Amino acid sequence: MTHLVSIDNVDMRYGGAAGTLAVSGLTMKVGKGEFAAVVGPSGCGKSTLMKLVTGLHIPQSGVVVVAEKQVTKPVSIVGMAFQNPTMLPWRTTLDNILLPLEIVERHRHRLRANKKEYVEKAEHLLETVGLKGFGSKFPWQLSGGMQQRANLCRALIHEPELLMLDEPFGALDAFTREELWCVIRDLHAAQGVTIILVTHDLREATFLADRIFVMSARPGKVLKEHAVPFARPRDLEVMYEKAFNDMVHELHGEIASARVVA
Amino acid sequence: MSVLTENTATPGKPLAQRINWVKLAPWLYTIGLFLAWELLVIVLQTPPTILPAPSRVFQAIVQYWSPIWKNSLQTLYTTTVGFAIAVVAGLAIGLFIGWSKAIYAGLYPLMIGFNAIPKVALVPILVIWFGIGAVPAILTAFLISFFPIVVNVATGLATIEPETEDVLRALGAKKLDIMLKVGIPRSMPYFFGSLKVAITLAFVGSVVSETVASNYGLGNMMSSAQSQFNVPLVFAGLLMLAVEGIAMYALMAWIEMRMTGWAHRSTMSQ
Repeated sequence: MTHLVSIDNVDMRYGGAAGTLAVSGLTMKVGKGEFAAVVGPSGCGKSTLMKLVTGLHIPQSGVVVVAEKQVTKPVSIVGMAFQNPTMLPWRTTLDNILLPLEIVERHRHRLRANKKEYVEKAEHLLETVGLKGFGSKFPWQLSGGMQQRANLCRALIHEPELLMLDEPFGALDAFTREELWCVIRDLHAAQGVTIILVTHDLREATFLADRIFVMSARPGKVLKEHAVPFARPRDLEVMYEKAFNDMVHELHGEIASARVVA
Repeated sequence: MSVLTENTATPGKPLAQRINWVKLAPWLYTIGLFLAWELLVIVLQTPPTILPAPSRVFQAIVQYWSPIWKNSLQTLYTTTVGFAIAVVAGLAIGLFIGWSKAIYAGLYPLMIGFNAIPKVALVPILVIWFGIGAVPAILTAFLISFFPIVVNVATGLATIEPETEDVLRALGAKKLDIMLKVGIPRSMPYFFGSLKVAITLAFVGSVVSETVASNYGLGNMMSSAQSQFNVPLVFAGLLMLAVEGIAMYALMAWIEMRMTGWAHRSTMSQ
């Protein structure tokens, strides 16, 4: 399998030579079309990982390669979604979703002339995540879960090859979260996009991912890599099987011991 | 809102319940203030050279209507011109210092120091440079009112959520893109909010300058009236200033609502 993301022995230190070492000797490979989850104790450099892969930070040593190119500047083939939906309140939901198209080089010059085609695409995405007809609403007229759905649409509108999700469901209630797990599962199945999900929720990681990376406490590196054996498409019911619980239990144990070491 | 009140009020209701007291309150309180003032003057029997009764002040307004009208227009003119320059310069400097942390760090102490200088102390310098008249008044109005605009615009730019910036930068956004798409729209509520503060300060600036160094304007009119012990005319000038201030403030508040309604969603949804 070709790797879309390959991180090789990367060190990243903040604030000069004497600053905190956020990740050290980080090595991780994610295949094209794969769904990877990254779990670990808090402060293990998961956000640093996000910024390294998207090219917002350039590592002091080691190499990050995304789509066969070494990352030296922000890579525009990614979509990002954070726990905070960060919708712009002066734009309608639809205009918020179209925002990346006004930025990404390959779309921004086509946007004005092909507005209709792009709007149709955005509306199709809204329908996929269950927000049909909400495009004209302002973000503050939507609930938290709905805003997060719109946020996913915004992350996907420019057809990124890689979707980076940083705890996107952290602030939602349990039922909304499960609904959005299914949304993201179906998006992954339908669009063949590669996803890296950073999360604290081990059940979420196990339910969604093909591969789970367990990170150590700061400075972060990958302690263990798990392949998730459950067949796709997965139903929410899979979470009540013994094998699923055993896997979550094992992950939990690994993170607990990683915390103690720190 | 008022339409709704009128429609829902059934004709059978007593008058007291059909009146929108909230809408009426500003007028009632103003009338109340004048009545209390009038009563105070009557009870204490203060001579008009110390504190004229409002009835005497209104009488002065009628009596001196022609000079009051001309000088009010003059003051309104110097104030709005100074304010307009402050808006343009304040917006530009605000965007400039909000652009980068280094510019912000370098200019901010200078701005604070400059703002701490009493503007009345600058009027003599302006007179040396430009002579007496409208120019020092316009410049004083500008100098006193542009600081809050700068600070507010810069604050709006400096408080962009880092996540928003990350999302856009990861897509390859340049600094200019982030400013145009996020920074500037985001700082608009701060900007329009600051206009309300700035316009009232602009009146302070222009009147101070007119009082010290001009042959026109309400400031000049009041200082000459004072030297002739025409205290009712002084109060008439103050009243005209208050009216102009309220009118311009209301205009700014209206513009604010029109331009940045999205930032006032709680009042809109009512």
